[in-house]
Amino acid sequence: MTGYILKRLLSAIPVLFGITVIVFLIMALIPGDPATAILGSYATPENVEKLNRDLGLDKPLVQQYFIWLSNMVQGDFGTSFALNRPVIDEVLERFNGTLVLAGTAFVLCSVFGVVAGVISAANQYGLADKAITFVVLLGISIPSFFLGMMMILFFAVNLRWFPVSGMWPIYGDRTLPVLLTHLAMPAFALAVVATGVVARLSRSAMLEVLRQDFIRTARAKGVHERGVIWRHALKAAMVSIIPVLGIQAGFVLSGAVYIEIVFQWPGVGRMLVDAILKRDILLVQGGVVFVAACYVLFNIMVDVAQSLLDPRIKT
Amino acid sequence: MSLFHVPRRLNRHVTRRAVLGAGTALALTLSLTMGIAGDAQAQTPPGVLIVGQIAEPKALDPAAVTAVNDFRILMNVYDGLVRYKDGTLEVEPALATAWEISEDGTEYTFNLREGVTFHDGTPFNAEAVKFNFERMLNEDHPYHNTGPFPLAFFFSSVDSVEVVDDLTVKFTLNAPYAPFLSNLAYPTGLIVSPAAVEQYGAEFGRNPSGTGPFKFAEWRSNEAVVIEANPDYWDGAPELQAVVFRPITDANTRTAEMLAGGIDLMVEVPPVALSEFQSDAYQVYEQAGPHVWFLILNTKEGPFADVRVRQAANYAVNKEALVNEVLEGTADVAAGPTPPAFAWAYNDELSPYPYDPEKAKSLLAEAGAEGAELTFYVTEGGSGMLDPIAMGTAIQADLEAVGFDVKIETYEWNTFLGEVNPGLEGKADMAEMAWMTNDPDTLPFLALRTEAWPEAGGFNSGYYSNPKVDELLEAARVATDQGERAALYKEMQAIVQEDAPWVFVANWKQNAVTSDKVEGFALQPSFFLLLDDVVKN
Repeated sequence: MTGYILKRLLSAIPVLFGITVIVFLIMALIPGDPATAILGSYATPENVEKLNRDLGLDKPLVQQYFIWLSNMVQGDFGTSFALNRPVIDEVLERFNGTLVLAGTAFVLCSVFGVVAGVISAANQYGLADKAITFVVLLGISIPSFFLGMMMILFFAVNLRWFPVSGMWPIYGDRTLPVLLTHLAMPAFALAVVATGVVARLSRSAMLEVLRQDFIRTARAKGVHERGVIWRHALKAAMVSIIPVLGIQAGFVLSGAVYIEIVFQWPGVGRMLVDAILKRDILLVQGGVVFVAACYVLFNIMVDVAQSLLDPRIKT
Repeated sequence: MSLFHVPRRLNRHVTRRAVLGAGTALALTLSLTMGIAGDAQAQTPPGVLIVGQIAEPKALDPAAVTAVNDFRILMNVYDGLVRYKDGTLEVEPALATAWEISEDGTEYTFNLREGVTFHDGTPFNAEAVKFNFERMLNEDHPYHNTGPFPLAFFFSSVDSVEVVDDLTVKFTLNAPYAPFLSNLAYPTGLIVSPAAVEQYGAEFGRNPSGTGPFKFAEWRSNEAVVIEANPDYWDGAPELQAVVFRPITDANTRTAEMLAGGIDLMVEVPPVALSEFQSDAYQVYEQAGPHVWFLILNTKEGPFADVRVRQAANYAVNKEALVNEVLEGTADVAAGPTPPAFAWAYNDELSPYPYDPEKAKSLLAEAGAEGAELTFYVTEGGSGMLDPIAMGTAIQADLEAVGFDVKIETYEWNTFLGEVNPGLEGKADMAEMAWMTNDPDTLPFLALRTEAWPEAGGFNSGYYSNPKVDELLEAARVATDQGERAALYKEMQAIVQEDAPWVFVANWKQNAVTSDKVEGFALQPSFFLLLDDVVKN
């Protein structure tokens, strides 16, 4: 197993290298440059040239790339033009925000999605199945940013149950309950679509398992129906549910961008959008490489978890 | 086999009871959350003003930043040698109490205010002034590396800064340059503490120290910048105890925060949201500023090379409908290239081109340009661009109604600048553009002179050229008498309006909303946010 994990980690290196090349090229090729973005109305060719020199952007591209790469390998991601602080500080701080938000949404969608899927499958075409299917389809069909805005309007502006935006209050202690009041709406809005997807796919995975012989055997030898569903069937179905959860983890991470913008959540997605609009090259590059590394790592973790669950997957 | 062991044991424990338990725990957490939600919405303390800003600031170093968003904080932490008189764009004394300009307009001698100290306790004096300008302008200055200083060219006419005595400082310019004083009133001219720059170096932008009514207290990235009252302020201590600037980039979220009481003052209210604030609980402020929104016309080639076609476009666009319907009354119709906010330099005899489609049609017929095909560059957003897509679409419809055939090409803002700034030749016939400046000289000098064509390093992307306009603008720049400058600018505006190198569309009115707890607030034509007289109950 250790050898398998090591092999997977080593195979991630060329992937990450490719990502650095691609993100660097994209930022170099898109029109508009940081100097123009900073100078705005005053971006005369003369001013732009001087500022590019001051920012170190007048060197040949290949040279810029290798300076960036060698600094990054040594842990120096550079300084953001637009925020005037080290890229790594900003990325880590923002990633923490995204982890809290996406992590909560992921837990919500995993627990509620799987439970709803199992209940649906166990009562196929019954009342519970129809009710759950209806709610799930409704959830899948609402864009998360729209749901977020409606929640703000209703729960924050009209009822004033929750704060509108941000992760922490301006004044007061930073305790867990305070965080939860800020987290409740964005995490819910983010989890809704993913919960629907998990519920649908858990349902079909369960139905497939429930048709198999060993379930009939279990029932025949008198296992309680509850035990059949939650112990025998769900365990077998988890093998196909886990990869779905892995995909949903990626989905909540990327879906977090909209939610972060709507709820002004200090996360990495909103940071990247702002950075791209401001042509904050180093922040975009550093942020993308960091997020990509996390994705790669997460995928490895999902594969490992799957091979632990299903011995047929060769390690 | 041992591998399979782990999940099996896990699974044995995943009973329905456990799942139900987890669900109950979640439900409990949510209801707990809602139970204490009342606390989370607690009103902000009295004496502390929470301002909803549009973005996270870059730095609090006035020499290093360029965004209005950052200026809103800076103007409350620092002073310049001069400042704009309340409600105008005319300069008055600030850290300098008086000044003299030499006969030839190249020497400015300032007498400095006595007894002023920076927030870090060091004295403000002539040496400090010299340090500030040399740091920006002199590449050999030991603290020049705390930049870059993108707007240092505002002072590129400064040859040397001399300390005459402790409270007298003399600037020598390489040529007469009339906008010098208003550039000193711009945030780039704000005076920072040399001791703080020496102490923090490149980190000064996060540890600022000035002489202003508020001193820097705390910066929590992506959450808030907090500034506190400076009780020793030379112009009288402010009423507020503290101001908190919160970055809220999404305009809808900013509106929701204002409605929910999370902020006390909100800037840049989206036009469509203004109706939300029409109750006694809020006050809406409006102030026309030095902004102009226009269409650059390609005067070098194509249909707009003919002045009659350019005038036809000015008659064809229904500017009243644009400002009242598309912009919901958040702008006024522009008459010429200079915004009325520059009251002293504005030619108020000019009236805007009226909306007259018949006149436009007959001008087009006269020029033989009926059915002319136009390529129109539209931006998706950008500083001062208001609602560019909706405006571009409305303009397209107006132009097509009089017989043009308009094709829109839309670009993201930085891409758009990359297309427009190098000139429209061979690419487009017209492009949207907007400018906000601090002196009536800036925009026409950079965008209407023959020597400001793109290849010469200017912003005259439509290649307008009129020797008389060039002459007037050159003369206005070296005249030090304000009355004389005003006359030159007024003549220039009349000529440019007639020549119609642009379609003059709108002058934006900046807006803000405060809650009814806020008193004494006023917007400035400079678009700066000055908070030293504001009270919060």
